[in-house]
Amino acid sequence: MFSGFDFDVIVRSWPFLWNGLLLTFQLTGLAVLGGITLGLILAVARLSGIKPLAWFVAAYVNFLRSMPLILVIFWFYTLVPKMIGTSVSGFYSVLIAFIMFEAAYYSEIIRAGISSVKRGQISAALALGFTPLQSMRYVVLPQAVRNMIPVLLTQSIVMLQDTSLVYVVGLRDFLTSAEIVASRDNRPTELYLFVALVFLVLCFSASRLVNRLRRRYAL
Amino acid sequence: MGSYNWNWPILLKEPYFGWIVSGFGNTILIAVLAWAIAFPLGSLIGIGRTVENRFLRFAATTYVEIFRNIPLLVQMFVWYFVVPELLPADLGKWVKRDMPYPQFITAVMCLGLYTASRVAEQVRSGLEAIPRGQRNAGLAMGLTPFQVYRYVLVPVAFRTIIPPLTSDFLGVFKNSSLALTIGVLELTSQSRQIEEYTFAAFEAFTIATALYCLVTGLVIVVMRQVEKRTQIAGAITVGGH
Repeated sequence: MFSGFDFDVIVRSWPFLWNGLLLTFQLTGLAVLGGITLGLILAVARLSGIKPLAWFVAAYVNFLRSMPLILVIFWFYTLVPKMIGTSVSGFYSVLIAFIMFEAAYYSEIIRAGISSVKRGQISAALALGFTPLQSMRYVVLPQAVRNMIPVLLTQSIVMLQDTSLVYVVGLRDFLTSAEIVASRDNRPTELYLFVALVFLVLCFSASRLVNRLRRRYAL
Repeated sequence: MGSYNWNWPILLKEPYFGWIVSGFGNTILIAVLAWAIAFPLGSLIGIGRTVENRFLRFAATTYVEIFRNIPLLVQMFVWYFVVPELLPADLGKWVKRDMPYPQFITAVMCLGLYTASRVAEQVRSGLEAIPRGQRNAGLAMGLTPFQVYRYVLVPVAFRTIIPPLTSDFLGVFKNSSLALTIGVLELTSQSRQIEEYTFAAFEAFTIATALYCLVTGLVIVVMRQVEKRTQIAGAITVGGH
């Protein structure tokens, strides 16, 4: 079935593809860090009990969750340079887009994790003289984190897959690099199958690990 | 952004207005057709993951793992660029040369098969949430395994998973934007094209965003009603009242 195919092209272009894969990892890592940080802030704001703030965050989250990621990338890719007034590299525009977009999803996961801690625990902490911030820090979050870490990790695997969408603005991630080689050497079959296989191995093993973690750390 | 030249009326001029309308139509059409593949196929695969037969279970699990662990965009490229090469020569030639609307059909199929893996996971978790005693009771009463699914498990499971299925439908609606990578002129790509022709980036992306939000809102409102109507008497509502 694969006669006439030339898988050697992957070996020949490996340094180029590897650079692309590195960019994919870099983007994923930074976007996960930024997304979880912003997501945590959003979740806490939404649960803060301050009505206008909670309402604003809810609107932000629902708004971003009803948009396709590609459109969000286009928005930020075109508007970030205009807003800042100077040209920024595509990498940073796209990174901001990913952080803003994924934060909406992370914040929902974190909010669910925090809400899963029983109300009585907060009352007990407050009764013991903890400040609201302390009861959040020492009582609620340690339990919430155990509940939400597997879900946050699963979302981060989704995020790794989502980074391939930077293709639409031509940022040289793994898929875009493969596409460049595929059209240069006219070898789309070999290159795209290889990209699919690499992602399959990465994401499948990662989700296996997450499952193991989930079983081990379940409360 | 002080120097930005607003130009909202441009959205009503031809050909831009027509682009938005046709793009929006394509987006809806792709989403609906892909869902028409994803829902029945995903339901079967989800059921397949819960049956006694090991071979069926393995096949269903393999399907879900493959489709969930490869980025959708990579899947799109594989369907569009790779699969025609791997088909038997005659069929491959037909797909490449004579198949009508090749990009559109590829996009619908790709999205449908991918979304089926997500639907399958929802159906499986809906089925697994039903206490095992119900299945056993059904079997003990003399129902065949098929009848147990048909009359006992499936009617309950599908009514409990309406909210996650709704978000999967909204997922396929948003993911239809990936069709632009193989050249389908749907809503996102039309707004991008307007931006490239007119430099009215803000206006073009705003109208696309508004249309996505509008459909999302409508679907949520309608599905809440469906959820209320199909609610199982005595069950705790997921939304909470």
